[in-house]
Amino acid sequence: MRADLEIIQKWIPADSRVLDLGCGNGELLSWLQDNKNVTGYGLEIDPDNIAACIDKGVNVIEQNLDLGLGNFADDSFDVVVMTQALQVVHYPDKILQEMLRVGRTCIITFPNFGHWRCRWYLAHKGRMPVSDFLPYTWYNTPNIHFCTFADFEALCSDMQMTVLDRLAVDHQHRHNIGNRIWPNLLGEIGIYRVTGANAR
Amino acid sequence: MSSVFPTDSVGLVIPEMAYFDQPLHLACGRTLDEYELIYETYGELNATATNAVLICHALSGTHHAAGYHSVDDRKPGWWDTCIGPGKPIDTTKFFVVSLNNLGGCHGSTGPNTINPKTGKVYGASFPMITVEDWVHTQARLADRLGIEQWAAVVGGSLGGMQAMQWTISYPDRIRNCVSIAAAPRLSAQNIAFNEVARQAIITDPDFHAGNFTDEGTIPKRGLSLARMVGHITYLSDDSMGEKFGRELKTDRLNYDFHNVEFQVESYLRYQGEQFSNSFDANTYLLMTKALDYFDPAAKHDGNLSATFAQAKANFYLISFTTDWRFSPARSKEIVDALMDAKKNVSYLDIDAPQGHDAFLIPIPRYLQAFSGYMNRISV
Repeated sequence: MRADLEIIQKWIPADSRVLDLGCGNGELLSWLQDNKNVTGYGLEIDPDNIAACIDKGVNVIEQNLDLGLGNFADDSFDVVVMTQALQVVHYPDKILQEMLRVGRTCIITFPNFGHWRCRWYLAHKGRMPVSDFLPYTWYNTPNIHFCTFADFEALCSDMQMTVLDRLAVDHQHRHNIGNRIWPNLLGEIGIYRVTGANAR
Repeated sequence: MSSVFPTDSVGLVIPEMAYFDQPLHLACGRTLDEYELIYETYGELNATATNAVLICHALSGTHHAAGYHSVDDRKPGWWDTCIGPGKPIDTTKFFVVSLNNLGGCHGSTGPNTINPKTGKVYGASFPMITVEDWVHTQARLADRLGIEQWAAVVGGSLGGMQAMQWTISYPDRIRNCVSIAAAPRLSAQNIAFNEVARQAIITDPDFHAGNFTDEGTIPKRGLSLARMVGHITYLSDDSMGEKFGRELKTDRLNYDFHNVEFQVESYLRYQGEQFSNSFDANTYLLMTKALDYFDPAAKHDGNLSATFAQAKANFYLISFTTDWRFSPARSKEIVDALMDAKKNVSYLDIDAPQGHDAFLIPIPRYLQAFSGYMNRISV
C-alpha cells in the first residue's frame, strides 16, 4: 500500500464508515474493506481511477469535489479522508467545512510548500519550485492552492478545528527526528487528523 | 453457422414461450387469469443456477436483445452491443434471459393478442400494467426457468426502473442491480411528453377508443406522431445538430407546408413511419403509463432511501452527460438515496453526446466500465 495510506489506515477504526474524497484507484478503501471491515464510498472524477475502483470492488461515485458534499447528511460518516487533494480543489476552506460537517473526524494529507527545498528553490532561483515530487510548472499544475503546515494550522485555528493528530513525513512518507522537530521546514507531506468545533 | 455471424455474437436465437395459468393480480385491481411471455436466452445456465442475468427492456424494446433470428437478418437484437461472448454481459459466463414484457406487442400477451375468454383481441380491454406487475411476472418466469436468484438484473431507461423495482419487491432474489439512464420517478416534463404522445394516438380517428383491430384500422398517424415526439427526447440537441444540422433535402426552400424540406423532418417522419408499422398503439399507451406511474418512493412518503431500506443488492448506476430525458441528476437522486440507505453503490456519469439513446451505443468508456462491473460478479 502507498506509504501515506499505511499511516492513515492506523487512524481509521475497524467497522467504521468512511468517505474518501478523491479516492484515486481505491487502494485505501479496498484495503480497509478487506482488513478492517470498513464500509463507505470513494468520490473520484478520473475515468481510469474510477475503473480501477470498480475492478477492486470499491464503491465509487463519480462526483466533483468542487461542487461540494451537499448530497451527504451531517455526521453521516465516521471518517472523511482526503489525501493529496486539498491543493487541487477550488475552495479548500469550503471543502474542509463540508468534511467536518459530514464526518465526525477528518484525515487530510497535503504537500508542504514550506519545505526547505521549496524555500531554497524560490530564494535561490527566484522561480516557482519544480521537483520530482511536485513536477509541474506554474501554468499547467493541477495544484492551485499550495500552503505550508503553518498556513494550514492557521486555517484550522480560524475554523475552530481541533487537530487530533499530526505527522510530517518526507516524500517517501518516512517520519524521522528531523521532521518531528522542525516539521514546517523538514516535512514534505502533512498528515492531519482533525475534528470540528461542534464534534460530539 | 459460426461463419455467418460475427464471432462476438450469440448467433442464431429462437424465441420461446412460457404459458402461465396462475391468476395474476395486478396493481390496477384487475386480474389476468392466464398469459404468455415470449423470451430468449443466451448462454448456459450453470448447475447451481447462480449465473443468470435478466435483461429488462425499455419503452419500445422486445425480447430480442441479442443475436439473429435468421441468417437473413440485417440487424441483430437491440442490445447486441452489450450482450455476447466477450461483451459486457458475457454469454460465456452468464445465462441471459430477455423477455417481452406483459402488455407488449412482440409475442407476450398484450392488447394485440387474443383474449381467450372472448376469442377477440384484447384491444382497449387489456388491463393497465405497472412496473411492479412486470417484476412479478418476471419472477414467475425465473421460477419456471429454475432461477432462485439473479446474479444481476440489468436495464436501461424503463428497463433500469424494473431493475430497481426488483431490489424492492424481491430483495433476496437479486444480487446486483444495474440501472442505466434511469430515474426514480418521472418529472412533470417527462409525463408531459408522454401525454402529448398519448393524445396523438387517442385523437387519431383510426384509434376507435383502442378497438381499432375490430374496426379494421390502424392509428398510424397517431402512433407515428407519438414516436416522433418521443424520439426527439431520446436524442440530444448536439447529436441532432451533428446528424442533420439545418441540411435541406431539397435544393431550395419551397415556401409551403406540404414538402419535407429539412433532413431532420425526413428522419423523424421515417422513424415514425417505421414504428407505426411495427408497434401496437395500445401497447404504446400502456408503456407510457407504466412509466408515468412508476414511483416506488410514493409508498414511503416520497422518501427514496426508506424505499431501498430492505434492498440487499449491490447497485451500479450509469448516466450520460447529454441525456435530458433522464438526466444525470436523476440518477444522482437514486445514488444519493442508496448511499443514505447505506447500500453498496457505484455510479458513473459517462461523457457522451448521444443523449438518452447513448445507453444503446457502443461508447468505449461505457462498455469498459460495464464490463468491469459484470466481470467482478461471482457466479
